[in-house]
Amino acid sequence: MTDLATYNFAYLDEQTKRMIRRAILKAIAIPGYQVPFASREMPMPYGWGTGGVQVTAAILGPDDVLKVIDQGADDTTNAVSIRAFFQKVANVAVTTHTRDATIIQTRHRIPEEKLTEGQVLVYQVPIPEPLRFLEPRETETRKMHALEEYGLMHVKLYEDIARNGHIATTYAYPVKVAGRYVMDPSPTPKFDNPKMHMSEALQLFGAGREKRIYAVPPHTEVVSLDFEDYPFEIQKFEQPCALCGAHDVYLDEVVLDDKGGRMFVCSDTDHCEDRRDHGHAGAMLAPKKEAAE
Amino acid sequence: MTDTPLLKVGGLSKFYGSRIGCKDVSFELWPGEVLAIVGESGSGKTTLLNCLSTRLMPTTGSVEYRMRDGNFRDLYHLSEAERRFLMRTDWGFVHQNPADGLRMTVSAGANVGERLMAVGDRHYGNIRSTASDWLSRVEIGTDRIDDQPRAFSGGMRQRLQIARNLVTGPRLVFMDEPTGGLDVSVQARLLDLVRGLVNDLGLAAIVVTHDLAVARLLSHRMMVMKDGYVIEHGLTDRVLDDPREPYTQLLVSSILQV
Repeated sequence: MTDLATYNFAYLDEQTKRMIRRAILKAIAIPGYQVPFASREMPMPYGWGTGGVQVTAAILGPDDVLKVIDQGADDTTNAVSIRAFFQKVANVAVTTHTRDATIIQTRHRIPEEKLTEGQVLVYQVPIPEPLRFLEPRETETRKMHALEEYGLMHVKLYEDIARNGHIATTYAYPVKVAGRYVMDPSPTPKFDNPKMHMSEALQLFGAGREKRIYAVPPHTEVVSLDFEDYPFEIQKFEQPCALCGAHDVYLDEVVLDDKGGRMFVCSDTDHCEDRRDHGHAGAMLAPKKEAAE
Repeated sequence: MTDTPLLKVGGLSKFYGSRIGCKDVSFELWPGEVLAIVGESGSGKTTLLNCLSTRLMPTTGSVEYRMRDGNFRDLYHLSEAERRFLMRTDWGFVHQNPADGLRMTVSAGANVGERLMAVGDRHYGNIRSTASDWLSRVEIGTDRIDDQPRAFSGGMRQRLQIARNLVTGPRLVFMDEPTGGLDVSVQARLLDLVRGLVNDLGLAAIVVTHDLAVARLLSHRMMVMKDGYVIEHGLTDRVLDDPREPYTQLLVSSILQV
């Protein structure tokens, strides 16, 4: 080390990290409860994951291996920037492989591969309050959480069915955590909701602009809200991934030309690459030799 | 009617600083009875209504309500959770401006169904059929069930608000100028509807109004307020036909006779 001024490990100063850790501990103690914290300005705009970055910075240690995904992909702008940020300010090892990572920061997806004990999933959350679009008053939503008045959440689902004939909420689908707090799982597709239930990994949620942290500890019940006659369902895809042929994964639609051409590919790039390395091939995968040239 | 009242109010006062909102109000309300509170603007009617319905903390006095188990409880000694539960199950509150009592951005069906969902109803089909039943009871076409209240006329909104409040079968309904802002023919229909519902369901109601005709049509008893005090109290017909206080006489004589 030189004498030149440098960033503290993982960018934030130790007092700030301590403050965030206290909020995280409180959040873990009360699953699904939104803990206010003194969110800091981060060197990136709100909406780019300032909450997730602060949580990651607070829990990151020199031995951790970090993976960052954005909509499931390791190679999009948001993921690349945040990964580069932590390489620069914390000099930690990074990976794209889900199973090698100890901390995974995510925007809008949960990896397809099952997370295991000891891993931490950090979500970037834009709007942590699931009741917000129905009740704009913060004082009122806090009271509703405190008194467990969650009828309003079903009003939203009712509206969905009345308008569309089925529950049309496809992302940020409200869940009840440990039988008590209703929580917004951040804008992950509802396809991922069942993965949160009884997960072995610790799940932390950071909302930078809204200054809230919440958590789902490992082995916690996470139930998606629904009606008796309209039970919760996840998205289904008619075809497998065009590159790796996987079924039962979440697919992104990629438009190929302006003549209606399109392909459906895994949104989890690491999972897709891993399958291809193991010899799985989808309908549109280029033969290996061509790819190597 | 039974021998025990539903609501007992004793020495209720509300001060705004040194100014009087309402002072020393005591009365009892029996099940199935409609009480009108009349008076001019600023006489403390709405303050009194808000104090009774736990929307405003009174300065002194007590409001006791007979719960479904038959025991009287002081409303201001209930926990907030109990009070809010009471408000959305056993009580209704009809606002003068329907926009205050409705969710304007969700459909009529969801507006009516909200209270059902709040008390734990989780069957979409049942909620919807109850909602459509209530819409027809308040004379709103069931084909309007998926329309938002902002597409409704003032009278329809007010009727929707009433349906939304009555769906959980409350025993006591508070109404703040329920016909204010409606034209005369719509008022007449609404009053007719409310009178029918109150009779059919055996509701007790406290209606605040400055319109003596509303009091005459709806209420059994009435209280006349002036400057925060109740100056006259009695059966509606008696008060309107034989007013004792000079102010009440003035009020009654100032109705236009057409």
